[in-house]
Amino acid sequence: MKSYDVIVVGAGHAGCEAALAAARMGCGTLLFNISLDSIALMSCNPAIGGLAKGQLVKEVDALGGEMGKIADRTAVHFRILNRSKGPAVQSSRVQCDKQLYRLAMKAVVEKEKNLHLRQALVERIVVEGGRVAGVVDTTGFFYGAAAVVVTTGTFLNGLVHVGTSRQPAGRAGEISSVSLAGCLRDLGFEMGRMKTGTPPRLKASTIDFSVLERQDSDPDFEPFSYRTAGLRPERLPSFFSHTTGETHGLIRENIDRSPLYSGAIRGVSARYCPSLEDKVMRFSGKESHPVVLEFEGLDTEEVYAKGLGNCLPLEIQEKIVRSVPGLGEAEIMRSAYAIEYDFVQPSQLRKTLETKTVDGLYLAGQINGTSGYEEAAAQGLWAGVNAALAVQKRPPFHLDRSEAYMGVMVDDLVTRGVDEPYRMFTSRAEYRLLLREDNALIRLMGKGHELGLVSREDFEALRAKTAEISRRIESLSRSRVLPGKAVNDVLGRAGVEPVRNPTTLYQLLKRPGLSYDDLRGLDAFDPISDRFVKKQVEIEAKYEGYILRQREMVEKFRRMEEKTLPRDIPYSVIPGLSTEMMKKLSAVMPESVGQALRIPGVTQAALTAILVFLKKKDVMERNGGPRKAAPDA
Amino acid sequence: MILGDTIAAVATARGPGGIGIIRISGPEAEGILRRLFRPRRDSALPMESHRLYLGRVVAPEPETVLDEVLATIMKAPHSYTGEDVAEIHCHGGVLLLERILSEVVRSGARPAGPGEFTRRAFLNDRIGLAQAEAVWDLINGKTEKGLDIALSHLEGALSDRVQYLRYNLTEALALAETSIDFCDEDVSMDPATNVPRILEHCMESASALLSTYREGKIWRDGLSLVIAGKPNAGKSSLLNRLLGEERAIVSTHPGTTRDFIEEGITVRGIPVRLTDTAGIRQGRDDVEEEGIRRVWSRIAACDAVLVLLDGSVPLSAEDREIIAGTREKKTLLCINKADLPGVLDREALGALLPECPPLEISAKFGTGIPELKEAVYGIAALEETRDMTADRILTNLRHKEALERALRCLERGREAVAQGMSPECFALELREALDALGEITGETTNEEILDRIFSRFCIGK
Repeated sequence: MKSYDVIVVGAGHAGCEAALAAARMGCGTLLFNISLDSIALMSCNPAIGGLAKGQLVKEVDALGGEMGKIADRTAVHFRILNRSKGPAVQSSRVQCDKQLYRLAMKAVVEKEKNLHLRQALVERIVVEGGRVAGVVDTTGFFYGAAAVVVTTGTFLNGLVHVGTSRQPAGRAGEISSVSLAGCLRDLGFEMGRMKTGTPPRLKASTIDFSVLERQDSDPDFEPFSYRTAGLRPERLPSFFSHTTGETHGLIRENIDRSPLYSGAIRGVSARYCPSLEDKVMRFSGKESHPVVLEFEGLDTEEVYAKGLGNCLPLEIQEKIVRSVPGLGEAEIMRSAYAIEYDFVQPSQLRKTLETKTVDGLYLAGQINGTSGYEEAAAQGLWAGVNAALAVQKRPPFHLDRSEAYMGVMVDDLVTRGVDEPYRMFTSRAEYRLLLREDNALIRLMGKGHELGLVSREDFEALRAKTAEISRRIESLSRSRVLPGKAVNDVLGRAGVEPVRNPTTLYQLLKRPGLSYDDLRGLDAFDPISDRFVKKQVEIEAKYEGYILRQREMVEKFRRMEEKTLPRDIPYSVIPGLSTEMMKKLSAVMPESVGQALRIPGVTQAALTAILVFLKKKDVMERNGGPRKAAPDA
Repeated sequence: MILGDTIAAVATARGPGGIGIIRISGPEAEGILRRLFRPRRDSALPMESHRLYLGRVVAPEPETVLDEVLATIMKAPHSYTGEDVAEIHCHGGVLLLERILSEVVRSGARPAGPGEFTRRAFLNDRIGLAQAEAVWDLINGKTEKGLDIALSHLEGALSDRVQYLRYNLTEALALAETSIDFCDEDVSMDPATNVPRILEHCMESASALLSTYREGKIWRDGLSLVIAGKPNAGKSSLLNRLLGEERAIVSTHPGTTRDFIEEGITVRGIPVRLTDTAGIRQGRDDVEEEGIRRVWSRIAACDAVLVLLDGSVPLSAEDREIIAGTREKKTLLCINKADLPGVLDREALGALLPECPPLEISAKFGTGIPELKEAVYGIAALEETRDMTADRILTNLRHKEALERALRCLERGREAVAQGMSPECFALELREALDALGEITGETTNEEILDRIFSRFCIGK
């Protein structure tokens, strides 16, 4: 028998981060995948980042994770979304070479000390006395472990649909993990079914790009990772097209042949990621939907046809593709398909992503009802870190809703559960003006260093920068500026209103449209050479009012989080709680007053009932206990 | 529920009780009390913790004495909630308590939500079993009468209007969020063009709703009470007695008061404007006749009439004329001179005004004056209630305060849009406005915003 500290089942985006984190923290770690040729494979769009997802990638990076670094190394198209809006809602998105990404991650995983990679299909999780003991593979071989992280993605009981054809598969052409799903059910977990899908891949040389609108990569791009020195030179463009009346007609005529509409698919799909059938049927007033063509890599003909995802029979898919401008002659290399898979309702997890019923068993990624590589990577890192900490008998790792998007996501998952695939949005983060891409390092790098995932050198370098930021802000606030020709000439050049009263450089910097370097020419101006420092100074000045308000909101939020609730509250015997509330509270077992109030349906009055119950119990126990307390208790 | 701010509420059961207590808890408790409370002795400042001080509650601008009260400060952590607590013990009466509470809120407190004091007490480890039981009862609805438990009792009209507001705000927020989270989707839409229109509309509805909230007319203007009676019935003596000082010229010569004398008093915190009038009789000359005509027009315009009869003489034709002339008004019937032998035929009077039992008083010796004041308070309270229920939709101070907060956020939001701020900035204001409304109708969750986005826009490529 082989024994490890941590076993990770599944080497996708969650599993790789989990295994790397555990191994880097000093745990003997074993990482399984059904095929070693599909490690960190991007099953759908070969893109990393996007709105709120870019923030997640930078957070993973600040904590010493790998995703941002690999994305930087293999990206061939770069975009900054919401460039015209404020820094809090700007997000980076890159398209990567799909094969290079997979190979780069595989190389990192292979080279990691303490990390063992094994091709095998895990069939069973072994639990002894409520504690995980290890896993068994298809050959019956047992691997022992103190902690097990399960990251099965779409492979858990996966079923691929194209027209009326149904194939058990975790991804088109790859075997799914069926026994493991049964094992989780047997362990008593409440499970559900989700559906997702992927569009067709077309052959580049059969596409008429000349009739399509072209989008090139953004010229200036900050890498995801603080460890990235430079980006690769190659750039690939994207192209825009759209569906037509003919496309929509084809879908309406053949809608009964889509498993989505025939009732064959029971899994819940995400409203933000509808298949073309849904778009046409649900938004019948729209005459056209966008199609974006993205290259899958530098050395391949495969083109990802974003917007054409469906699960109609192949002959209809062909016609649909050809009804789109520029795709009249296009050849399908891989057809579109839908996939259903099992997930475990995440309200059964603790904030560490450890299951409440089996100690040492952690779940991360799509098995928790989420979607997206970035969401998966963030959970993988979170679970891997916590598994390692538990093995090493160290206190758990946690970030709250005011510290990171990761914290928002984990809290949403364990507190609210999911009823559709969960994707990160900036609107989910109450304190999003504080949770920016640009300050992810400032927010989290210290924690990464504490965990042993960020080097002392890197952290010291950051500390020097944050010290300079404070120093700069202070000196700007002290630099007086008197109204006059000198200053108003400078402002005039930047197209900003002149000043009439004495002010400070810091106050000037608050003005919209005025950058730090626009102040050049003023006597008090002191150039900042570090771009990171300069950007933070500008943001702090311009956003100051909103940042201060958000910090006040965070103070209030924290006070509610700090009031902890015991884990063993018998909610079913508390009078005044509705049956629904009782069920939810018993399932979630909130750890704080704040978390309890975030459970859907739990009201202030219910919370008071709980608090009163606890007090009564406390008083009665004190009075009735064997060692009787003073009579005035 | 927010910990750390200052909350206030009437802490005693509603209804005509003896003493009513207004409790203020939080860091601002002492400051708020200092702004409103004037201790009888100036030497009493600074107030010591856990001592009762006698003094008055004075509302600012214009300075109005609301009540004579006892006040106390209990410094943290030795208080009910474990925070700084101030209490004002006043003479009870729903109207007075509400009035003082609204002054407390105006000075910076937030009206407390149901059970909020107790929750703070618990969270600060200050609650004992007895209090726990009390809150327990409250939650189970046993003492529902005691406090305004909540939202389930929301009046239909208010609920409809707030829901409408919430619907529109959610719409505006969904537009802002769509432009942020789905900027790369096929929903090219600039919130700066749509949001202001919705915001403007929301602000109008919020203001309209707020305008239905007012302290009733009686609070604003006072109850106008005209003292009417034949000459020498003792009207001026009664006025003086009620004022507690010699103000009107009193003589036994009938017809001394030719013009009106107006004086203000407070009865259990309610302002009352008293008008002493010339005695009503057949005019002896043109001047007096003109005077009497004016008395009648005064009576027509006032809120209530105190008809004063002289108990020491028989019921006269003039008395009958006055009783007949005030039949349409809210009337208090008083028989003065209870200190002299009763000559007036009470039975005849009872037959004349069966629905209005007279009060026996002596203006000279003060007999029956407390009862009279009680009766004046009764009339004022009735008037106030009638006024309040007329077209008021917003009646609860806590709701009003939440709505005002929402309106302030909307104003800031409008400004942010006007200044060309990025949508996440005005989204912050919209979110705060929704949170404020949530205190009236229940919270708006992130999920609801997303639901709205997905139902309106075709998201996803």
